[in-house]
Amino acid sequence: MQIRISLKDGVPIYLQIANQVKYLVASGRLSPGEQLPPVRTLAEDLVINPNTVARAYRELEREGILVTRRGAGVYVSDAGSPLAKREQKKILSERVDMLLAEAEQLNVDLEDLIELINERKKLLKEKEKKP
Amino acid sequence: MNETVIEVRNLSRNFGATIALNDVSLNVSRGVVFGLVGENGAGKTTFIKHLLGLFRAKSGTVRVFDLDPVKDPVGVLGRIGYLSEERDLPDWMRVQELMNYTQAFYPKWDEGFAEELRQTFDLDPKEKIKNLSRGKRAQAGLLIALAHRPDLLLLDEPSSGLDPVVRQDILGAIIRTVADEGRTVFFSSHLLDEVERVADHVAMIHEGKIVLCNTLERIKENHRTVVLQFDEPRTASPDFPEILRCKGEAKEWTLLCEGNAAEIQRRAGEIGARVIEESIPSLEDIFVAMVKSKSMKMSSLIEK
Repeated sequence: MQIRISLKDGVPIYLQIANQVKYLVASGRLSPGEQLPPVRTLAEDLVINPNTVARAYRELEREGILVTRRGAGVYVSDAGSPLAKREQKKILSERVDMLLAEAEQLNVDLEDLIELINERKKLLKEKEKKP
Repeated sequence: MNETVIEVRNLSRNFGATIALNDVSLNVSRGVVFGLVGENGAGKTTFIKHLLGLFRAKSGTVRVFDLDPVKDPVGVLGRIGYLSEERDLPDWMRVQELMNYTQAFYPKWDEGFAEELRQTFDLDPKEKIKNLSRGKRAQAGLLIALAHRPDLLLLDEPSSGLDPVVRQDILGAIIRTVADEGRTVFFSSHLLDEVERVADHVAMIHEGKIVLCNTLERIKENHRTVVLQFDEPRTASPDFPEILRCKGEAKEWTLLCEGNAAEIQRRAGEIGARVIEESIPSLEDIFVAMVKSKSMKMSSLIEK
């Protein structure tokens, strides 16, 4: 994990860490389920107070970006960044809206449409299995 | 967990006509990294020497681990790891002899840890102390301060005159010490970016007086740099009590203020200005502004 601390611009160090982790998650350089370095290790790497790292992790946990697994460390949450999640939802919603409009024009009701989606998903999965 | 390691009340000290410490009160809780900052000659070393019992408090009280360091030097010094600015080590000893010698004073000396530190710092056990470079000498001093795993690590200007590599070793030692549950670090420094990195509490001392003492977080929350814009150009600099430092001309003025964002916004409104930029100043900016404003206030008092 690449994090850089700058003391010139006055931004509190815990915020610098939190912002950079958010960016790494949003840009996919940290993926869901990936483990972050322990507080002490990151503190020693960055030469900063361990409490500051803990504070940044706490903040990120509160925002749902990180999860602490008891005794096992800190991980990027499976939900990923809430920001990225929102973005995904926005993109898919536009497609779904188009699909729904087309289905209505073709007189296909919602139940049949969902069935079709499930069928296609099954087909795709089978294709993936074959080499 | 919230027990007090250092408790100093109304400590004053003068050397002849020079006032070194002026009514200093300070509390340090267990598990904290406490940074004491100030210019050269501000009173930092005098303060630390009181903690070590090297100076007797002439007025006020000094308690370390709830003991008087002058009356109970064994009880206090046995739990302190100390690195002085001068790194006064016995020049005639070799590194290994220094380690053995120091070990004799500390029942809790950790031989394995001492050896590990010696290897990390790449210190030759056969080398004479007087032949060590500045950096190696500091590392040797750090080794004997750390190897008995002290409850309180006390460092007086640990980084002064050292190259970045050794400075990192010292900061690393501070971090590892405090990461070990419950240990406390008290260090003095004039390198503000180092203090901002590792300290969670900061006290600023200026001409023997504590001018600011709080958690680093609160200090940062309580200071803002703002750029004010006025509709009409003005010749006099804006003036309200929270301003520590002011620079600018005509319609735009940059201020460093003591106070949170909302308070400063309100003050700006009162004098007919808009805040067009707001940022958090670095500890160094705050310190410089603070010292300059104090000196100016003092000299204006003298003039009157």
